[in-house]
Amino acid sequence: MRVQSMHFQARAGEKLADTRLQRNLKKLADKFVTARSSVIQEIDFTATRQAAVERRNRALDRLDVWLEMFERNAQARGATVLFAETPAQASELVVKIAQQHDVKLVTKSKSMVSEEMALNSALERAGIESVETDLGEYILQINDNEAPSHIIAPVIHKDKEEISDLFAKVHDRPRLTDIPQMTREAREVLRPKFLKSDMGVTGGNFLIAETGSVGIVTNEGNEGMCTVMPRVHVVVTGIEKILPTFEDFATIVRLLTRSATGQSISNYISLLTGVRAPGEADGPDHMYFVLVDGGRSSLLGSEFQEMLRCIRCGACMNHCPVYQKIGGHAYGWVYPGPMGSVLTPNYVGLENALDLPQAATMCGECHVVCPVAIPLPDLLRKLRERQFDRHLRPNAERFAMAVWGFVAVRPNLYALLTGIANRVLRSLGRKAGRIQHLTFAKGWTDFRDLPTPASKTFRELYSDRVARTASATSAGPR
Amino acid sequence: MTENPKRIALFVTCLVDMMRPEIGLAALKLLEACGCEVVVPEGQTCCGQPAYNGGDRRTAHQLAVRVIEQLQGFDYVVIPSGSCAGMIKVHYFELFGNDPEMKRRMADLAPRIYELTDFLVRVMKVSDVPGQLEGTVTYHDSCSGLRELGVAEQPRALLAKIPGLKLNEMKDCRSCCGFGGAFAMKYGNVSAAIVDEKIHNVQATQSQAVVMGDLGCMLHIEGRLRRLGDERTQVLHVAQVLAGDVGRGRSSG
Repeated sequence: MRVQSMHFQARAGEKLADTRLQRNLKKLADKFVTARSSVIQEIDFTATRQAAVERRNRALDRLDVWLEMFERNAQARGATVLFAETPAQASELVVKIAQQHDVKLVTKSKSMVSEEMALNSALERAGIESVETDLGEYILQINDNEAPSHIIAPVIHKDKEEISDLFAKVHDRPRLTDIPQMTREAREVLRPKFLKSDMGVTGGNFLIAETGSVGIVTNEGNEGMCTVMPRVHVVVTGIEKILPTFEDFATIVRLLTRSATGQSISNYISLLTGVRAPGEADGPDHMYFVLVDGGRSSLLGSEFQEMLRCIRCGACMNHCPVYQKIGGHAYGWVYPGPMGSVLTPNYVGLENALDLPQAATMCGECHVVCPVAIPLPDLLRKLRERQFDRHLRPNAERFAMAVWGFVAVRPNLYALLTGIANRVLRSLGRKAGRIQHLTFAKGWTDFRDLPTPASKTFRELYSDRVARTASATSAGPR
Repeated sequence: MTENPKRIALFVTCLVDMMRPEIGLAALKLLEACGCEVVVPEGQTCCGQPAYNGGDRRTAHQLAVRVIEQLQGFDYVVIPSGSCAGMIKVHYFELFGNDPEMKRRMADLAPRIYELTDFLVRVMKVSDVPGQLEGTVTYHDSCSGLRELGVAEQPRALLAKIPGLKLNEMKDCRSCCGFGGAFAMKYGNVSAAIVDEKIHNVQATQSQAVVMGDLGCMLHIEGRLRRLGDERTQVLHVAQVLAGDVGRGRSSG
């Protein structure tokens, strides 16, 4: 996907002004946050999370070993495992696979890695039709290939009315407003595609090394139609999605669905291993894994390695005060919210995503809810340090910080200057006790008044008090 | 036998020093009221959090070293801010990453650093507070105090000791107010949209005041309330309420 993160500021402004979007984003808190908070109590979150952290760390510490084991076991079951260094190379591999098998029509289930790869446009360029079959992704595809705004609820930014209009226009049928009826209409459009599909492309929530299986967690069941029916099944996912054992998978799924949608378990959890064996009724003739690096290996052994634990539940964005206000599109690439603000600069270059590490209040809620305890605020701060070290912040900010630092280590100078600032603010605030416009603090006063001090600085008041006490003591009787 | 009074270093924070000295005085009063000997170490300026969160480690480190020096030799260090207390108690360890001497000093100091209400409840186990307030207030949990230090029940327990004060909890009292330090300046529009949510929840409780433990959030919430034309809702630091110094601030009184 093309990186648009440099337009963050402008886009955030547009999103804030979009009253319809603001209304739609409320669904996040109402649905996901509330549902998670009740369903997470079904398990011992702290202990399960600790177990998940350990299991994910074990996978990442020996990623090469587990990937080799996965490859061996998947091959033993007739699958082909391919590795791609970049998302673009991964797309080329998928196109090549499609061409080898003379594929005309691809049905796709949801995959964020395929968004990194811009897979649909690569297939289209090769003359291969690719149809998104996850309902949310389908809605976006028929809306002129709009980008998803959330990693598990791609169409969260739209309301039913918008989708009614879109269906009526694109399907050329009478406008429906009842959700079950609209879903039925989408099924009717998609059904012939499933039946004609030559190749299914899916993501993979996890790769299980000990069996060579892929685990896919969904709610709609479209994934089954993409994996069992077509001749060819291609799994595209990131190399970090590996888990050594089935038991790891069992532990992590307990956290994944609860953290993501607030469900104890999703409607479907598929575990797919190898091609259809002789005598088996279902399954593809050919199965491929295209495993994408796309910057992931560069995080191994770095201060960002913990980010690779991410299981893509979306809880961090659901709970993020900034995401809740601007939605996913403002972030400008595949992954929005706190996890996206760490991943995007790492995967597409810090210089292409300058706002993302900064556009966070550091409130820490993302870390609190993360099912694998990724210290997202700390990682954002580390990116800010890189920006500072590489001179990727405005000179004015750098200068202000340097002046502040210079003054703050000189207490006498500091006392003098803050005393002056205190008086200036007091005189500007006058009777009202606040300032409505301050040229050098427009970022503040454009949106709020600046309350001003009511008296001298604490330092001055305190030394007055100390002086009073001293004189009272010396004047008093012995 | 009476115990020797505890010797406390009060770290007032740079923002309180310059913008709301009455919060510092209220903290002083509360600590003295429960029999502590309070010292305000001279030369204190800033804990370095703006530099730390701005990515300027070198400046943050310089300030941190000074803070550690000033805060040596007391029984406890008390700070009327969850944000600055969290910075010193939690984040300095990371800042001193590969400096064994500073890490050793931190390990000695950190367990004795407390946010004000946390200290009053858990260390001093205060049974009453001087404050008097007749009316309804609501409490906003500031992020760092809540998530880094576990400050949530402590201020509520103390507020409950004020006869006549009724605490009316708001929806999402634990959500961020959108201040975020420099974030409030860099992304003022996003920050304002977040605080509007908070203000909506505060106003829905019909409280006369919203009370909290961090001046950054206070200035943000108060500034936005006034900009939106709400002249009625007071914005108070929990120390002011507990000390009974509610009427002192001009714009907050």
